[in-house]
Amino acid sequence: MSILINKETRLIVQGITGSAGTFHARGCRDYGTQVVGGVTPGKGGSFVDQIPVFNTVREAVEKTAANATMIFVPAKFAKDAILEAAEAGLELIAVITEGIPVLDMARVKAKLASSGWRGRLIGPNGPGLITPGQCKIGIMPGYIHKPGSVGVISRSGTLTYEAVWQLTQRGIGQSTVIGIGGDPINGSSFIDLLALFEKDPQTEAVLLIGEIGGRQEDEAADYFKKNMSKPMAAFIAGQTAPPGRRMGHAGAIIEGSSGTAAEKMKNLERAGIRVASSPEALGETVASLLPSGKSLKSR
Amino acid sequence: MKLHEYQAKTVLQKAGIPIPAGIALLSKEDIPAVLKKLPPGPWVVKAQVHTGGRGKAGGILKAQTPQDVESAAKTLFGKKLVTHQTGPEGLVVRKLYIEQAQNVKKELYLACVMDRTKGCPVIMASTEGGMDIEDLAKTRPDALFYQDVDPWAGLAADRAQALAQRMGLSGAALDAFTAVVCGVAAAFLNWDAALLEINPLGLSADGDLIAMDAKMSLDDNALYRHPEVQPWRDPSEENPLDVRAQEAGVNYIALSGTIGCMVNGAGLAMATMDLIKFHGGEPANFLDVGGGANQQQVTEAFRIILSDAKVKGILVNIFGGIMKCDVVASGIVAAAKEVGMTIPLVVRLEGTNVEEGRRILKESGLKLSPAANLTEAAEKIVAAAK
Repeated sequence: MSILINKETRLIVQGITGSAGTFHARGCRDYGTQVVGGVTPGKGGSFVDQIPVFNTVREAVEKTAANATMIFVPAKFAKDAILEAAEAGLELIAVITEGIPVLDMARVKAKLASSGWRGRLIGPNGPGLITPGQCKIGIMPGYIHKPGSVGVISRSGTLTYEAVWQLTQRGIGQSTVIGIGGDPINGSSFIDLLALFEKDPQTEAVLLIGEIGGRQEDEAADYFKKNMSKPMAAFIAGQTAPPGRRMGHAGAIIEGSSGTAAEKMKNLERAGIRVASSPEALGETVASLLPSGKSLKSR
Repeated sequence: MKLHEYQAKTVLQKAGIPIPAGIALLSKEDIPAVLKKLPPGPWVVKAQVHTGGRGKAGGILKAQTPQDVESAAKTLFGKKLVTHQTGPEGLVVRKLYIEQAQNVKKELYLACVMDRTKGCPVIMASTEGGMDIEDLAKTRPDALFYQDVDPWAGLAADRAQALAQRMGLSGAALDAFTAVVCGVAAAFLNWDAALLEINPLGLSADGDLIAMDAKMSLDDNALYRHPEVQPWRDPSEENPLDVRAQEAGVNYIALSGTIGCMVNGAGLAMATMDLIKFHGGEPANFLDVGGGANQQQVTEAFRIILSDAKVKGILVNIFGGIMKCDVVASGIVAAAKEVGMTIPLVVRLEGTNVEEGRRILKESGLKLSPAANLTEAAEKIVAAAK
């Protein structure tokens, strides 16, 4: 078990003929992911390595029985690419693309909600997700991961690699690792994914990596307190970040005092989550949650 | 991208929102010409700088006669405004906006922002305008009213009217407010705004509304849809180092400490600053060199960090994923040689091809010290920068 993706996942890559799309389609396939097709309008009928390229997502799904997509299309086309994937019935959409206008994401979320789509959108502007040893959908280096029982969710890319690497070096494997992306509006929130980790029998503990801005970590703290039985560790990046550098005046009002790292750390700790005060302690903090010996077990 | 008040007001005017008669004064040389074109007085002469709190900092002056306008303009041009948002270095006034003074009965507050939690734009409004909205949110949260905006359809008139009623408006004021709120929501969507704020929104005895101040910023990721705002960009308002960093494709924010940092990825960059602090040092900057981090970017990043005279040492922290450590190491070595690095340099590399990367650093002949993990990196750079 794991969440969202596993050996059975059948992936297509939207934007497969671009340089990043091609490179990472190969990377995922080499890791063991079933990359069954790609989509680039106008390039249907061609191949990238041996992967068939289609003009539309619908056609790709009909011909390959794909159930997941990884999106690399340029930011200005991303909104339509996401909606096309959802309309074609894909259950998982991972968006790697960076720089999508916020309003486009607001429109995507509104449309997905009103259309009754029951899949899951991950990203944008994130590394993707991986179930170690089974399926990689994203740009993360596969070899730093190890199959195991810790679920990892993060708003960051390279900081997630750091966390995973610290776990793997201690012999602690991961069930599924997910980057939800660094944009203000994400397809999936921490809470959406915590619910899945709570239900997943393989996952025994969760590591959450947040950062300044927004209220997602506070919502996760509330959710943990009310709904979760599994132990959780967390880290918040940006304890030394200056205030007001990204958000306008009126934005700060919705953020309230919850946007700072200190406030988030306090809320997480209050909820009973073990918070690492320094990034060097990520692995150690997770290890302290696990019964000794159990952490070394891989499956 | 932040707009000046006079730019934001043209946006409001296009959206059908009443604004006072006004004229922009973009340089000292234009004073005589602008004085001839003044709308009827009295006037307010307002500094155009990208910060709130201008009034308190002396950036807004009243004028009864054209002579007053002239002397106010001469006072403000070149003046350094220090507000709670600018930091002690302040911002120099280079542009002015001269507006007909307004006589209003009441000041309201109206803004539209993108709500991250709800994932849609949200209108915020209050009949307690004019004051600092952060203070209002703290002291009178009950006086703030919210209304979601449909990101596709905008704000329907009946929703806007219901908001006005919740705020206790009635009669002509209710109708006027309904129209203004719909206009603000439409402008927010049409311009891909990140923030659109009218504070104060003046309410006259007759129930007319007028936007007395306006603050607006646009989503940088959507600027390609709005080529018409390109001429509005004001580089004189931007920190020269920020502009240089943007051109090099790196994210840089100057801080007050002594340890420069260069990191790949925003989250890891913030975490690296935290790490330095945790070990008793103070970071001099935030710098995310991006996913690619080629030699050119690394060189420019070093130059940007070194242009800060407070920097006594640099910590490079790269987790090579797709980017291979040997390539990064070669880039760091070449860049350090090119800029003639003379201060301590600690390099922590991890990830793909790390052994090869460490060998390149070791054999570079540079006086740099490698670190195997975060703790060692932090201890070394904090000691070196003392």
